[in-house]
Amino acid sequence: MSVLVYLDSANGALRKTAYEAVAYATHLGQEVIALAIGNIENTQSLADMGKYGASKVYHINDEKLKTFANAAYASVIAQAAKELNCKTIVFSASSIGGVIAPRAAVKLNAGLLSDINVLPKVENGQLIVGKTVFSGKANATFSLSGEYNVISVRPNTVKPSETGSPVNVETLNISAGETDFRAVAEAILKTSDKISLTEADIIVSGGRGMKGPENFYLIENLAEVLGAAVGASRAAVDAGWRPHSQQVGQTGKTVSPTMYIAVGISGAIQHLAGMGTSKVIVAINKDPEAPIFKVADYGIIGDAFEVVPALTEALKAYKQKIS
Amino acid sequence: MKIIVCVSCVPDTTTKPTFIENNSKLNEQGVQFIVNPYDEYSLARAVALRDANPGSKITVITVGEASTEQNIRKALAAGADEAIRINAKPINAQYVAKQIAHVLKEIGFDIIFTGKESIDYNGGITGNLIATELDIPYTHSVTSLEVSGNEAKMEREIEGGKEVVKSSLPMVLGSQKGIGEPIIPNMMGIAKARTKPLTVKEPIAVEIPTLLVTHELPKPKGAGKFFKAEGNVQDAVNQLIESLSKEAKTI
Ligand SMILES: Cc1cc2nc3c(=O)[nH]c(=O)nc-3n(C[C@H](O)[C@H](O)[C@H](O)COP(=O)(O)OP(=O)(O)OC[C@H]3O[C@@H](n4cnc5c(N)ncnc54)[C@H](O)[C@@H]3O)c2cc1C
Ligand SMILES: Nc1ncnc2c1ncn2[C@@H]1O[C@H](COP(=O)(O)O)[C@@H](O)[C@H]1O
Repeated sequence: MSVLVYLDSANGALRKTAYEAVAYATHLGQEVIALAIGNIENTQSLADMGKYGASKVYHINDEKLKTFANAAYASVIAQAAKELNCKTIVFSASSIGGVIAPRAAVKLNAGLLSDINVLPKVENGQLIVGKTVFSGKANATFSLSGEYNVISVRPNTVKPSETGSPVNVETLNISAGETDFRAVAEAILKTSDKISLTEADIIVSGGRGMKGPENFYLIENLAEVLGAAVGASRAAVDAGWRPHSQQVGQTGKTVSPTMYIAVGISGAIQHLAGMGTSKVIVAINKDPEAPIFKVADYGIIGDAFEVVPALTEALKAYKQKIS
Repeated sequence: MKIIVCVSCVPDTTTKPTFIENNSKLNEQGVQFIVNPYDEYSLARAVALRDANPGSKITVITVGEASTEQNIRKALAAGADEAIRINAKPINAQYVAKQIAHVLKEIGFDIIFTGKESIDYNGGITGNLIATELDIPYTHSVTSLEVSGNEAKMEREIEGGKEVVKSSLPMVLGSQKGIGEPIIPNMMGIAKARTKPLTVKEPIAVEIPTLLVTHELPKPKGAGKFFKAEGNVQDAVNQLIESLSKEAKTI
């Protein structure tokens, strides 16, 4: 038996989450088969999935599947799983894989868990997987016992590493039905954010403590030095200082970066809900009693307007030294 | 237009969850349940849609025990016309979706609103499951919706931007903040809600190959390392950089 991994792609290229899904699948202890759908300009990137643990890569490049339609992709993947005899199907819990997974699960009458953020286990033939629930306030473990099981993995849960070598890419001819295209993506509107929040390795977020939109350049400068994405608390978003696409928390984005830097953010439970699983949390806040310090690994107690520019300059110097 | 709004009742956002029965279930004692925030956004958009399309009706539907009726009345007070409660504990998304799809096949539908996710188990999948059971399209994380005739135009959030999606009706969507501003019911709404129909239906038997085994609370973090900037910002900054490079290895 093998595991089927769907490779996220957009604008003709594989996404970072595709690599992560393959890396996660290798932990299931079965042969890993990767599947890409739609246009992929750099075909070498498909072959390179072998380096990250796939032993075969299939590509379905049907003309109609060039634009994203979650129903069509789900139909095609469910058919592929049957054809290739894969009983476990792994997706990234992204805006791509995450919306295909449930649909594929219904088609396969499968066990299903979304947004997993711990490594899987197999016990007595059952797939044991876990995730944070109650917005980060607890963890839960589930067992999946379907003939087929479908899972989606939260971005940044595993770090892909190169262990193998490139493999052959084979074309698979499977197409979707007419009714699978009743909802289709027509266009993509880019935001000005250089790095997408949910995929970012480092995030610098600002809150009400930044006092106004005109001061967010301090956050942006710090983010720039670190190659980080910029986030915000709801207070900053509700005040109209930042777009909602940057909101982290219960009613914003859930992120899990390697490092999360919270500046002028108190650490309300609804904010922690969105970033509590970050690997390293750094707080910059003038109030030593702020709840953010209860979850922070490192921090500076002080005025953001003094600390952030000093930190940005010092990091610039540090980066120059190590490069 | 037959507008459906799926509502889940979830623990208030400030709840500190504890568990019972070998940690397999949430201890509901003392927990305050609210309408899932995303369902409030849905409800707001649904009300505006109904009002713009005379002859339309909003049916709120929930899978939940009798205790959810308080929150269902709130949804009626915010402007929904009628409610259906499927009398069962919502075991998981797959179970809920099969129950809702079964009832919707009986009563009919044009637009089905769900939330982007419930803030209890954060699944973010129920809407898509309902759509698939009904064999109609689904669009996730929708921040704006325009309907004309048999077609909807939506914007949905994706990594690094937005996607414009065109869908035919009937359809299901998962709403995200932005699609509508939550309605705070007024006195008249609350009074009217008492007399609006709330029908209770019994669940159908279904088997789901997904089982929640156990919960645990996250391990408490060790005390962090904090540096005081007062007096010497430069020192604090240098110490932080030292820690991040040598211990945390994040820079
Ligand atoms: C249903 C619901 C959903 C919610 N969803 C979210 C969500 O998704 N995301 C979210 O973030 N919140 C959410 N909230 C809101 C949340 O409860 C808080 O109100 C919000 O996170 C506070 O934002 P803040 O930390 O920026 O502001 P505050 O709580 O006002 O904190 C500002 C902090 O800045 C510090 N500060 C002030 N000046 C300085 C300075 N010069 N230098 C350094 N530090 C300074 C202060 O000490 C304080 O700790 C939600 C609330 C509800 C009820
Ligand atoms: N028990 C339920 N009854 C009715 N609708 C539900 C229920 N559970 C989830 N939903 C709907 O599905 C959305 C997403 O939930 P989930 O997939 O659980 O994250 C919610 O915002 C609701 O609109």
